[in-house]
Amino acid sequence: MTAASTNINDARIVAERLFSRKRTMAFGALAALIAYLTYIFFAFDIAGLAQRARLDNAVTLASDSWSYKTHVTRDNRFGAIEYAIEGERKGAYPEGRYPAWVTPGEQSTVVDLGNGQIATLLPDNRLTLELPEYGTVEMALVGRDVVTSFGDTPPDWTNISDSRATITLDGARVTFTRSKTELFRYFAGWELFFFTLDSPYNGAGLGTILFGDRVDPERANLAGAWQDFWSNGMWRHADVAWAIFETILMAFLGTFGAAMIALPLAFLAAKNFAPLGAARFAVRRVFDFVRGVDALIWTIILSRAFGPGVMTGTLAILITDTGTFGKIFSEALENVDDKQIEGVASTGANPVQRYRFGVIPQIVPVLLSQVLYFLESNTRSATIIGAITGGGIGLLLTQAIQTQKDWEEVAYYIVLIIIVVMLMDWLSGILRSRLIGRKD
Amino acid sequence: MTDVTAGRAEGVRSVQDNYLALVRKKRLYGGITLLIFIMLMLSGFQIANDRNAGGFLEGIPMFFDFPEGVIEEAWEKRGNLPGLLVKYFPALIETVNIAAVSTLVGAFGGIVLSLLSTRGLALWPRAIPLFRRVMDVMRALPEIVIALVLIFVLGGGPVPAMIAIAFHTAGALGKLFSEVAENADLKPVEGLSSVGASWGQKMLLGVIPQVAPNYVSYGLLRFEINIRASAILGFVGAGGIGYELRNSISWGQGKFDEAAAIFILLFGTIVVVDQVSSHFRNRLTKGAAL
Repeated sequence: MTAASTNINDARIVAERLFSRKRTMAFGALAALIAYLTYIFFAFDIAGLAQRARLDNAVTLASDSWSYKTHVTRDNRFGAIEYAIEGERKGAYPEGRYPAWVTPGEQSTVVDLGNGQIATLLPDNRLTLELPEYGTVEMALVGRDVVTSFGDTPPDWTNISDSRATITLDGARVTFTRSKTELFRYFAGWELFFFTLDSPYNGAGLGTILFGDRVDPERANLAGAWQDFWSNGMWRHADVAWAIFETILMAFLGTFGAAMIALPLAFLAAKNFAPLGAARFAVRRVFDFVRGVDALIWTIILSRAFGPGVMTGTLAILITDTGTFGKIFSEALENVDDKQIEGVASTGANPVQRYRFGVIPQIVPVLLSQVLYFLESNTRSATIIGAITGGGIGLLLTQAIQTQKDWEEVAYYIVLIIIVVMLMDWLSGILRSRLIGRKD
Repeated sequence: MTDVTAGRAEGVRSVQDNYLALVRKKRLYGGITLLIFIMLMLSGFQIANDRNAGGFLEGIPMFFDFPEGVIEEAWEKRGNLPGLLVKYFPALIETVNIAAVSTLVGAFGGIVLSLLSTRGLALWPRAIPLFRRVMDVMRALPEIVIALVLIFVLGGGPVPAMIAIAFHTAGALGKLFSEVAENADLKPVEGLSSVGASWGQKMLLGVIPQVAPNYVSYGLLRFEINIRASAILGFVGAGGIGYELRNSISWGQGKFDEAAAIFILLFGTIVVVDQVSSHFRNRLTKGAAL
């Protein structure tokens, strides 16, 4: 009786000690986490982030990625008026064509800037703006100076000096300088995604192209439309397709090349296949070294030797993954079942046949599944390496980001990258379940 | 008697013929697959070679030029090396910090996403496919894309890199975590719901203790990956050791001793973190206490 109760008491004391230790551990871990995050808060200067952040950049980025602007530009020396999407030469309206919201006249050109805002380009470098909230504004180039009717206290949505007047309107903007008068208006969407304005298929619907009469008498509709789409100068579909292909190529060649190099080396690093301890040790250290140096450093070294491009990216993936695959493969080889090899050997097979029929069938599903898994993750790596070394979609993306204005292209590339990576993921999943014969 | 043996031999022969035909067919298909694969590889390398700035064969002799230059200069100025290692140590700490914070934040996001997208545990079972697709997209986005866009908005520094890596980590860990959570025992959850626990309490007290060792193991593996990612993002302007590396390399000859110091720091960190983390992961998966 007493012995039992002492036992229970002992057990209780032990349990309570355990509880209190666990509680201290839990609170200690939480306290350490909070302390670390506090340290990070100051180390990363999160408080100063608000000042450093460029909210106007964020707004430009967000609005530009889903909208475009159409420029109406008058040359203030010669008086010629040009219409162009995004103000780019490749997006220019051909001679004699203009947007529907512009009414060119003999003397004056009326531009509807939306929301009831109307601009009129008058002769002698004059411009009037009719703004519903404000009234009429007049601007002119007098001698060498830009003169406006805003008076001494212009509103805060304007920026006026002798040489330049910028007026930000609702969904539009007016810039008046000595050399030109520029009006532009924003619209939603990715304009000219399919056809540029110089293509006869611009504005033609899918039905017209598929079933309608020939738009261009020279060419069959489908062939012509494809040709114009493919050579679209604004969105450069052909270049983008090439870039995507290059990125996939880097991942494909790098992954499978690494697998092919790593497989024989893995035999040298596996305990049950390499009798020589020294060689095993050496090969393993090579694998560790190659993995430890990391893709970034390999990329730098390789791009010095081979210059920017696809081959450099391929080799960077290939070298890094040789180390990783070597490690995985040699571990798989060490787990090979000896019975199967003995069985093959008992039929009088020579060493080559023993490997071919005793070892390879056991490891191939494991290895291929790993390789396919890496193929997907290397598609992402190829984008990153492409951004550093200059190749594939990574290069196009960094170029588009560096211009700081083609955000619609950035958005387009990001969507493409996501689709490609998800496709590779899906494809490698299908192949893996086919090869191994099970779903994962 | 003879009839029977003849018939048996006939049967054996037909089986043998069928078997050999099957083997031949399999070999043929295997051979064709192999041939296609080899042709793809060869033509792929040919295309890669053609579209590279410098060719493969011309580049091979130059492969060691850069490492040689770096090592030579580092050796000449070897007296500087300890000082340089100290100089760049804070940058290294920043890189490690980026990786650590983004792993923590990403793991937290991954836990929430994984619990929301696991059958039997999800708060809104109908939204499981939605959360899975969200994780797919998060995983598919390379860190560098988010980092570059965020650098434009937030300016250079560790925060864009941290957000970018954490975003990707949440998607990657979410998938792995949800595979673990699918195998969790539901009895503790049932017990907790019988006493009226909320969803958060059920997850925190019923599921997390079961899956914690696996989660920590995956988190450590991710930390290894994130250190490399953090160095790469530094290279495109997000601070840390990658940024210093870029500066010293683009300077060219004359600062190669600094590049060598950074190489050593980066290599050492990656190797040490890999070793330490794989040690802990082994213990976790074998069930021993930390």
